[in-house]
Amino acid sequence: MASVNTGGGEKKKGKQKKIELRVDFTPMVDMNMLLITFFMFCTSLSTPQTMEINMPSKDKITEEQQTEVRASNAITLLLGAEDKLYYYAGLPNYEDPNSLIETNYASDGFREVLLAKNAKVHGEMMELKKQKLNHEISDEEFRTQSIEIKKDKTAPIVMIKPSDDSSYRNLIDALDEMQICNVGVYAIVDIAEGDQFLLDLKTGKISLDSVGN
Amino acid sequence: MSKVKVKRKSTWIDMTAMSDVTVLLLTFFMLTSTFIKKEPVQVVTPSSVSEIKIPEQNVLSILIEPEGKVFMALDRPDDMRSVLRRVGEDYGITFTPEELYQFSMMPSFGMPIADTKNFLAMGSEQQDDVLKTMGIPTVAKDSVDSEFKRWVRYSRDSNPDLLIAIKADAKTPYSIIKSVMGSLQDLRENRYNLITSLKGGSTEEH
Repeated sequence: MASVNTGGGEKKKGKQKKIELRVDFTPMVDMNMLLITFFMFCTSLSTPQTMEINMPSKDKITEEQQTEVRASNAITLLLGAEDKLYYYAGLPNYEDPNSLIETNYASDGFREVLLAKNAKVHGEMMELKKQKLNHEISDEEFRTQSIEIKKDKTAPIVMIKPSDDSSYRNLIDALDEMQICNVGVYAIVDIAEGDQFLLDLKTGKISLDSVGN
Repeated sequence: MSKVKVKRKSTWIDMTAMSDVTVLLLTFFMLTSTFIKKEPVQVVTPSSVSEIKIPEQNVLSILIEPEGKVFMALDRPDDMRSVLRRVGEDYGITFTPEELYQFSMMPSFGMPIADTKNFLAMGSEQQDDVLKTMGIPTVAKDSVDSEFKRWVRYSRDSNPDLLIAIKADAKTPYSIIKSVMGSLQDLRENRYNLITSLKGGSTEEH
C-alpha cells in the first residue's frame, strides 16, 4: 500500500531523483480502532466506590462500656417495605402509631429533618470542607478537626433499624444521608420487637384493636 | 457543446493524523482501565455519594444476589488454593494439586464444598452455567459454623491484610444482608466495605 512516487519523467543526468515516500496509514487506523473498541467493551474505567462501616462486635459489653444514648438526641430511623421511611425522635410511644412520622429518601424528606437537628455540626463541617478544598488545611488537620466537631454533645445520634422487608438500597440510602448530613454517630441496629410492632401499626398491617382483644 | 471535463483528483487522505489520535486513545484506555472481572451473576449496586475507592489488591469480595445466593472472590491465587484446601480438610475432602490449581484460576467461586469436586471436573462453559445456580451455604448445618463462615475465616487466616467488601444487589432484601453481616460479626470482622456506585451513574433507577 505504501507508494513510492518517482518524481516525473524527467531524466536529467546528475540530478538526484526526488523520491516522494508515502505510507498508507489506513490499515493501522483500522487496527487501532478495533483495539480501542475491544478495550472499551472489556474494561471498566472507574473502580467502584465503597462505603466504610464499622459494626459493633457481638462480644459482651459491660455496663460501663455501654454508651448511653440520651433520649433527647436520639433519632430512630425505621426502614420499611417498599422504600418507605419512618422516624421518631427520642423514646418511642408504643401506644400511638402516629408518633412515627413518615418521610422519604428524597432530598426534601428526612435530610431536612436531620439537617435541622444537626445544623451546628453540619455548618462547621461544611466550613471545614471548604477550607480543605482551598488547601488551607492538610488532610491530617481535617481529620482531627472533624473528629473534634463530631464530638458535639448536642448532635443527634441516629439509629438505623432496617426491617426485614426493606432492601439493601434502602440501607445504603440511609447511610448516605448520614454522610450528607455529617452525622457523627450512627449505627445499624437490628429492629426491636417494639419498633416492628409500631411499624406494623403504622402501615396498617395490624390494628390496635386486634392486639387489645 | 463542449463537455465539462471533470478533473480527476486523487482521493488520497493522509491517515497519519488519524493514526496519531487512535494510538493516543488506545494508550489512554490501556493505562487507565482495569479489566472487568467475570462475575457469576449480574449485580446492580446501589448508588451513594461516598467517594472512597476500593483498593485493587487484598480484597475479599462477597457478592450477594437478590435471591440470597452468595459468591466470593479472592484476588490472589495463593489464597484461593490454601483456603480451598483448608475448607476441604474441615469436611474431610482432599483436593488434588490439579484441582487446587484449577480452583485458584477461577475469578470467583461459590458452591457447596461437597459439590466442588464435581464442579471442578466440568468444562469451563458448563461451570459458568452451573455456578449461577449454586452459591455458598450461609446457613449452618447442625450447629457448627456455616461454610460461608469457614471461607471467610480461612481467607483472613491466609491473608491478614484482607479487606472485606460486600457487593450486594440494590434489590436484595435486608434479611439476607443481615444474615451475612451477622456471620461476619460472629467472626469479629467488624470493619468492612459496602461497594456502591457513584450517585448519578447509570445504575440509578428511582
